[in-house]
Amino acid sequence: MTDKILFTIDGVELAAEPGQTIIEAADAAGIYIPRLCHQPGLNPFGSCRVCTVRCNGRPCSACTQPPAPGMVVENDVPDLQALRAELVEMLFVEGNHFCMFCEKSGRCELQALAYRFGILAPRLDYCWPQREVDMSHPDLLIDHNRCILCARCVRTSQQVDGKNVFQFIGRGTKKRLAVNSRASLAGTDAAAADAAVAACPVGALLKKRVGYAVPMGRRRFDKVPIGSPGDIAPGQEQ
Amino acid sequence: MAKPRIATTSLAGCFGCHMSLLDIDERILQLAELVEFDRSPIDDVKRIAGRCNIGLIEGGCCNEENVAVLRHFREHCDVLVSVGDCATMGGVPAMRNLVPLSECLREAYLDGPTVHNPGKRLPDDPELPLLLNRVYCCHEVVAVDYHLPGCPPSADTLWAAVVALLQGTPVTLPYGLLKFD
Repeated sequence: MTDKILFTIDGVELAAEPGQTIIEAADAAGIYIPRLCHQPGLNPFGSCRVCTVRCNGRPCSACTQPPAPGMVVENDVPDLQALRAELVEMLFVEGNHFCMFCEKSGRCELQALAYRFGILAPRLDYCWPQREVDMSHPDLLIDHNRCILCARCVRTSQQVDGKNVFQFIGRGTKKRLAVNSRASLAGTDAAAADAAVAACPVGALLKKRVGYAVPMGRRRFDKVPIGSPGDIAPGQEQ
Repeated sequence: MAKPRIATTSLAGCFGCHMSLLDIDERILQLAELVEFDRSPIDDVKRIAGRCNIGLIEGGCCNEENVAVLRHFREHCDVLVSVGDCATMGGVPAMRNLVPLSECLREAYLDGPTVHNPGKRLPDDPELPLLLNRVYCCHEVVAVDYHLPGCPPSADTLWAAVVALLQGTPVTLPYGLLKFD
């Protein structure tokens, strides 16, 4: 087995398969690197930067960077954890995240990362942007207030569902999720069973009439932090 | 030695966080032994007379009176704690931050489907505190020492925090006690 790539994460030796990224090799070895826009099975995107690690002293996103032989990767170190926490705080103040009545609360990956990092309140100013809610679809809704532009729905729709429901429009602070229809989500071929719906890490793309189906205390992140051994993502059950 | 003094108030909140404080059940007897309550809805004292060790703030600031009370607390409390999502991020009242204030008033007092206001008059009695342009969380108005998010923070969260503050140790919440809902 000479073609494996040997490298270390926080001093632990790993052997990556050729073609794997650092986050894929870490997942295979049971080492958690925090992430938001990364989803196994989708092409790497590298937009959220929450998975930033240090490779031979340089910051890289673990979801896009393949390991090199002998590479020294730092992951669970205080300054990187602080940087990741600040990125999550920025996402909280950039949108309008009302966890107290969000249907995704308790199973939201953004919120779960805030819990994992121990964020009590963002230190940055809230932006309170004007965002829209698209309720046009009979079974689905898009709440742009909660969208973190991770592109998981965009990529899942294209790469898994074989559709092309979502796209981004605009740039910089004006960038937002759009649907491939003249008017609204109802004009697309989006369906409640699409993998793209389940791919949303936050409460931006939701099925209607689900509501608060799982009571508090029994939701995915109520007892165990995201990425801990007890946390099993939906669809990942053995 | 005099007992430590605690003051509490509810600004733009719903008193849910105070209900959660009462929810510490029989531990409230222990709390009554440990501390003296200064200004609080619990004893209806209106002004903090001297100095308080701990001030618990529920709610953010939606009007000028909230700001005055919050500044009064900051002035008189050694440690100021934002309690609940409204205090830490604005909470449900901050939903109006997405709508201009004039539109909010028009919908509430003129155009709303259930409004009966033949005089077409917006509330303007000088006794009423003026609304702020938007809802502010507490640390946007004064310096805040600790934040306890949650809607409301659970009784266990409040108890863990108050006990740590009384003991002079840093407030560290175990995983299950840090919640945003």
